[in-house]
Amino acid sequence: MSNKEWPLWEVFIRSKQGLNHKHVGSLRAADSKMAVENARDVYTRRSEGISIWVVESNNVFASDPSEADSLFEPADSKAYRHPLFYDVPDGISHM
Amino acid sequence: MKDLNIQELERRFQEKIDNDIKIEPRDWMPEEYRQTLIRQISQHAHSEIVGMLPEGNWITRAPNLRRKAVLLAKVQDEAGHGLYLYSAVETLGADREQTIDDLHTGKAKYSSIFNYPTTSWADMGAIGWLVDGAAIMNQVPLCRCSYGPYARAMVRVCKEESFHQRQGFEIISLLAQGTPEQKEMAQDALNRFWWPALMMFGPNDAESPNTLQSMKWKIKRLTNDELRQQFVDVTVPQAHMIGLTIPDKDLKFNEETGHYDFGVIDWAEFWEVVKGNGPCNKERVDARRKAKEDGQWVRDAAMAYAEKRKIQKAS
Repeated sequence: MSNKEWPLWEVFIRSKQGLNHKHVGSLRAADSKMAVENARDVYTRRSEGISIWVVESNNVFASDPSEADSLFEPADSKAYRHPLFYDVPDGISHM
Repeated sequence: MKDLNIQELERRFQEKIDNDIKIEPRDWMPEEYRQTLIRQISQHAHSEIVGMLPEGNWITRAPNLRRKAVLLAKVQDEAGHGLYLYSAVETLGADREQTIDDLHTGKAKYSSIFNYPTTSWADMGAIGWLVDGAAIMNQVPLCRCSYGPYARAMVRVCKEESFHQRQGFEIISLLAQGTPEQKEMAQDALNRFWWPALMMFGPNDAESPNTLQSMKWKIKRLTNDELRQQFVDVTVPQAHMIGLTIPDKDLKFNEETGHYDFGVIDWAEFWEVVKGNGPCNKERVDARRKAKEDGQWVRDAAMAYAEKRKIQKAS
């Protein structure tokens, strides 16, 4: 008797060929094989997917939402990365 | 950010809610918001799981193979809905096994509708039509709930739920158009499930002290009475259409308000069932507890096997 709880897994589904896997939720399973089978039963009962990834939740490392401002600040302060930063003279096309 | 005092954190939290920005699991949230959600989502999860029992009762006795396949698919969906919701509750830091044990000890509640027995096949129609219909009424606004994982689970649930209501309506309308005995079965099921279905929306607004705070936090978007009225307004014409009579002598369309006025709900009965004295409370919780206990060796064996494999792989 191990009496241990099954670990938690995060489930990612590719809904169709050409799209990326997207997080859909989580579930409990004893191992990766069972996690994939359970994910099929829980998250794809109506043909929502053609491919499943499962990752044990304790292997997911996440950014801290309370530090989001400083973490993402470099992106906010660089408007010149966006095309609209630049003026294109009238008469110039295909740019 | 870490140095902010609690008032400032609460102010920012409410500001996000007011601007319809969803709250995600690792965001700061007031403890009462977290506890309210844990209670509401786990009770919702329990309702899905306990809700499998009255219908599971009829899987082996469905009148034909089509009905049996449909009912089986519906009950499987309910299990899935329970799992989406237990997952959502875990994102709040609640212990899944603990929430399930709270159901088994009677500490946690579930929808009181599932404490009524299903005595005839027509009840499968009444449940799909009325109980799932009321659940949809409740759940559609929850798709816009401020807590992201709950809202996302509700979107999935609502997508699946509409087939549940239609299969129920199909069962009951077919019976209603059948022989006099079959019509009588349909009417009898409606008579028994109508009032409990209205009770599913919970106490009147005046008796529901938590509603105000839940609305402020956008956990709840409409009040119990608003949802109940919506349900009555859409369901009464459906009953008329299939020739059944709503068991309420006070039911009357009010030309002035554009809504149906309906009779007084027997709240004494509601509170008795909530307190555990409904016709099937004990049977339902016993069945859940037995399922967990009887399955313990399977879960243990699966875990032991997984651990053994891990060790074999490592060596």
